Amino acid sequence: MTSATSSTTVTRADFFAPTIGKRLAYVGVLAYVVYAAATLGLSLERVQAGLGHGARFLAGFFPPNFTETDIIPGLLESLQIAFLSSLIGTALAIPVAVLAARNMMPAAVSSAARLLIAFCRSFHPVIIAIIAVKAVGFGALAGIIALTFASIGFVGKLLAEAIEEISKKQIEAVRATGASFMSVIAFGVVPQVMNRFIGFVAYETDSNLRNSTMVGVVGAGGIGGTLFSAFQRFDYAFVAGIIICIIGLVMIGEVLQLYVKRVFR
Amino acid sequence: MSTLSIKHLVKEYVPGKPVLKDISLDIEGRGITAIIGPSGTGKSTLIRCVNRLIDPTAGEIWFEGKDLAKLAGQPLREARRRIGMVFQEYNLVERLTVMENVLSGRLGYMGAWAAWRRKFSDEDIQKAFSLLQRVGLADFANRRADELSGGQRQRVGIARAVMQSPGLLLADEPTSSLDPKTSVEIMEIMRDLAADNNIPVMINIHQVELGKRYAERIIGMSGGLVVYDGAPDGLDGEVLRKIYGGQDWLAT
Repeated sequence: MTSATSSTTVTRADFFAPTIGKRLAYVGVLAYVVYAAATLGLSLERVQAGLGHGARFLAGFFPPNFTETDIIPGLLESLQIAFLSSLIGTALAIPVAVLAARNMMPAAVSSAARLLIAFCRSFHPVIIAIIAVKAVGFGALAGIIALTFASIGFVGKLLAEAIEEISKKQIEAVRATGASFMSVIAFGVVPQVMNRFIGFVAYETDSNLRNSTMVGVVGAGGIGGTLFSAFQRFDYAFVAGIIICIIGLVMIGEVLQLYVKRVFR
Repeated sequence: MSTLSIKHLVKEYVPGKPVLKDISLDIEGRGITAIIGPSGTGKSTLIRCVNRLIDPTAGEIWFEGKDLAKLAGQPLREARRRIGMVFQEYNLVERLTVMENVLSGRLGYMGAWAAWRRKFSDEDIQKAFSLLQRVGLADFANRRADELSGGQRQRVGIARAVMQSPGLLLADEPTSSLDPKTSVEIMEIMRDLAADNNIPVMINIHQVELGKRYAERIIGMSGGLVVYDGAPDGLDGEVLRKIYGGQDWLAT
């Protein structure tokens, strides 16, 4: 060993040589930033002018108006949309995730399930809401459909990944007892992913609560519709009232999420 | 009649490169049969072929009147529940309690819906608790498996295997992750529980001395073949050289 260390001369370049690919990537990113800014016509003057408009707009917010009677029913509807879509979406995501996990299923099955998850994830909930409104008409049902799709995509993807990371040894031992596939899930898989699953569901519920205030903009129920029409009437005081209520709702959701996590862990 | 009869077993992970080349073995009614041999010679593969955690390429494995090599689905699961297995790294479900781990030995005998709701019979619970008392872990019944030491985990692993009411116990290097003193304790528990239940044990082991001390029969494997099959007394330097190759390591 001693002779080898003294006879072989090495330098920094032997181990940390810069690669041509990395340099090309840096240049490419920089070039795209310049191109994108140029084609979109970004300029400092427009930002300055915008700030002035924004200030006047914000001034219209005060004092916020909470007196309109639409706020509470709208908020309750948003809450119901969020709750139902989280519940249905999560329930549907569980089997999809098991089917998508490559360590549980043959490649053909998991690829198909992954395709379904990718489909659910590829559109923003508002885009799905637009389609759902066309399909089932205005109202909360469209919102529930939109957010259910989003939940299947999100929880399905993360849960599938969590299942793929579990210890094979523990599964092997449960299989060796002669347990059926569903019993292996119950005793081998669920204990290993339960903690993370609760985290995903809590996060998705929180996310659905925020998105449920959005889908109303395209007519899919909830407080968003009220918000949008207030904007169109230039009733900024009412807009401010709604926004403050939404913030309150989301914060309550945050607190509830912490509580639920603590109870179930 | 033998409990387990392996006939011309072959396993190839890569076609044309067999890990097990034509293994034939009979395991009789009771006692420990220790399989020794260098790493990579197919000891674990052999054990795992018996309960079909690995599918053999060719050959027959007769156990309780059935050729395990040809079973699949429900009949395979029914055969598996009669074969207990102890693992090198214990393979407990870490986030379940000790009691749940032992009771998981009954999963082959109950439906999945009952398993989800932990609807074990009082009989099973009683048996699991008695087994935990037997291996000295009754006080740990409600602890999570990942709170236990290596030796304690392996005792739970053995209790889980015996909980299956097996007709055969397999052990894949059950002492390789344990210190020498704990290793002896684990071997004694396995020998005693196997004797209590009147079942044979087939065990892979690296520590030759430990194998000689507890086994009634030693099987030496090398290069995917059985090169020694006989009493522990017959394991002299000549035989060990044949099994492990070389001789420098045998000095003194």
